[in-house]
Amino acid sequence: MTLYAAIGAVEQGLVFGIMVMGVYLTFRILDFPDLTVDGSLPLGAAVSAVAITHGINPFVSVLLATGAGFLAGMVTALLNTKCKILHLLASILTMIALYSVNIRIMGGPNIALLGTPTVFDSLTKVGVPAHLSGLVTFGLFACVIAICIIWFLSTELGQAMLATGDNPQMIISLGVNTHSIILLGVGLSNGLVALCGALVAQNQGAADVGMGIGTIVAGLASVIIGETLFGAATIFRAFFAAILGSVVYRLAIAFALSANIGGFSFNPSDLNLITSLLVVSALIAPNLKRGLIQR
Amino acid sequence: MIRLTHCHLYFHKNSVNQVHALNDINLHLEEGDFTTVIGSNGAGKSTLLNCMAGCFFPDQGTVSIQGQEVTRWPEYKRAKYIARVFQDPLLGTCPSATIEQNMALALRRGKFRGLGKGVKKRDRDFFREQLLHLDLGLENRLLDKVGLLSGGQRQALTMLMATMLKPSVLLLDEHIAALDPKTANQILHLTDTIIREQNLTTLMITHNMKHALHFGNRLIMLHQGKILFDVSGKEKQRLTVEDLLDRFYLLQKEELALDSMLLA
Repeated sequence: MTLYAAIGAVEQGLVFGIMVMGVYLTFRILDFPDLTVDGSLPLGAAVSAVAITHGINPFVSVLLATGAGFLAGMVTALLNTKCKILHLLASILTMIALYSVNIRIMGGPNIALLGTPTVFDSLTKVGVPAHLSGLVTFGLFACVIAICIIWFLSTELGQAMLATGDNPQMIISLGVNTHSIILLGVGLSNGLVALCGALVAQNQGAADVGMGIGTIVAGLASVIIGETLFGAATIFRAFFAAILGSVVYRLAIAFALSANIGGFSFNPSDLNLITSLLVVSALIAPNLKRGLIQR
Repeated sequence: MIRLTHCHLYFHKNSVNQVHALNDINLHLEEGDFTTVIGSNGAGKSTLLNCMAGCFFPDQGTVSIQGQEVTRWPEYKRAKYIARVFQDPLLGTCPSATIEQNMALALRRGKFRGLGKGVKKRDRDFFREQLLHLDLGLENRLLDKVGLLSGGQRQALTMLMATMLKPSVLLLDEHIAALDPKTANQILHLTDTIIREQNLTTLMITHNMKHALHFGNRLIMLHQGKILFDVSGKEKQRLTVEDLLDRFYLLQKEELALDSMLLA
C-alpha cells in the first residue's frame, strides 16, 4: 500500500467516521437498528450537489443536506412510533423510498461537481496543500461533531436519550415522552449521515444515487472494530472509538484491496462481502468465546 | 388526592375472551393515605395501579389527581404527579448510567428537560445526603454504574428516586416481591419510614396479608375487579390475618355455590 493510498484511506475513515457516529447513536444508544442510512447518505450528497450547482455556498449546502437527513430520519421514527411498524422494517421502507426521492432531487441518477466550489476551497486558499485539504477538513468536522454529541449527551435531554435506549419503562415513568426522544435521536443520526454524504460528494466530485449501498454494514463494522480496539467505557471514549474504528476499517479495506495472494486479489466489488463477513464474525465471536469457556 | 369514579376496564373487549378487569371502581385516596391492596391472582390489583399510572385508560369512568382530570393523560404526562416503584428491581433504574446520573434523571421527573447540565454540581451534595439515609454505603459510589449494584440496592435506590421529589401519589407494585426475605424486609421498612416522614399518599400492592395489615392506615381487598372490602383507621388496626382469610374463604364458597347451582 502506497503512502498516497494510506492518506486516502485515513481521509475516508474520518469522513465516514461522521456517519459511524450517527450509526452509533441509533444502534448503540437508542437500541434502534436503523437502515435509513443507506438512503440518507446519498440524500445528503444529492441535496448538497443540487444546492452547489444552483450557486449556493458549499457550507450552506452541507447544512441543507443535514436538515434533509434529519427529516428522513424523522420519517422512519414516525413510522415506528406513531404507526407501530417494527423499527427495522420502518427504516427499510424509508430507505427504499429515498432511492426514488434522491433521483427526483438530482433530476437523474447522478450529478457531477467538477470545477464547482467546495468546502475544501477555503483551506487551499489559506495555503494547505490540495492533497491534505480533505484530511484536515474531515478531521476538523469529525472532531467538532464528536465533541458536540458528547456535550449533548451530558445534558438533561441527552441523559434522557441515553435512558430511553437503556430502560424505556423507567424513563417513561419519570415523565419523558420516549416517542419524541426517538424522533430526535433518529433524526439527529440521519442528519449526521447526510452531512457525511454531502462531504463525500464534494470530495469525490459527484453525487450518485448508488453511493449509499452498504453504508449501514460499513457503519456497524466500524462501530464494532472501534469498540473492540478502543473500548466504550465512557461516552467520550465510545465516540472517538467510533471515529478511529472507521479509520481502521478503511485502512483494512485499502490493505485488502492492495494485497495479492498467489495471483489472487480482491476487487472493489468484493467489499460488501468482506464487510458482511467481518460484521458477522464480530457479532458471533462473543457467543463462540462464551461457548468455548463453558466447555 | 387521586380519585377514580365509576371506572370500568375490559381486556379483549367484545371477544369471547373478554375480561372485566375493573368493575365500577370508585376509590378516593385522601392526602396522606397509605393504602395497601390485597386480592387473589387476577383480582385486578395491578390493573387498578396501572389505570392510575396511565398505562391503561379506563373504558368508562374518570381518573383525577388533585382535582385535575387525567383520564386520557398518557403515562409520561402523569409523571408530574405520580412516582412508581416496579416489582422488577431492574426496571426502576438505568444500568449503564451512574448512580448520580440516575438520581439526576429522577430529580427532573415530570419537568422540562433542556440543554442544561444533566448532573449539576450543586445537586451532588443533595444526592450524597439522600443516599446516607439508605445506610448502604452508596454515598461514596456516586460515579459507579447502577448495573454493578445488587437487586436490593437497586430497589432501595429506586425507592429513594421515587420520593426524592415529593410525588402527589406513590404507586408500589409488589415492589419487594422479587427480593430475598431479609432485603425485602429492609426495603419495606425503608418504604414505611419514607412514607411516614413525607406523609405520602401511597397505594401499595402486596401478596403478604401480614404486611397489608401491619403497614398503612387503609386496606382494600379486590376480587374480580371489584372493591370488596375497604377498611381504614381503628377498624383496620383490629383486623387480623384470620379475618382476612375468612373473607377469602367466604368468597371461594360463594363461587363454589354459584358453580354448583349452575351445574345442578
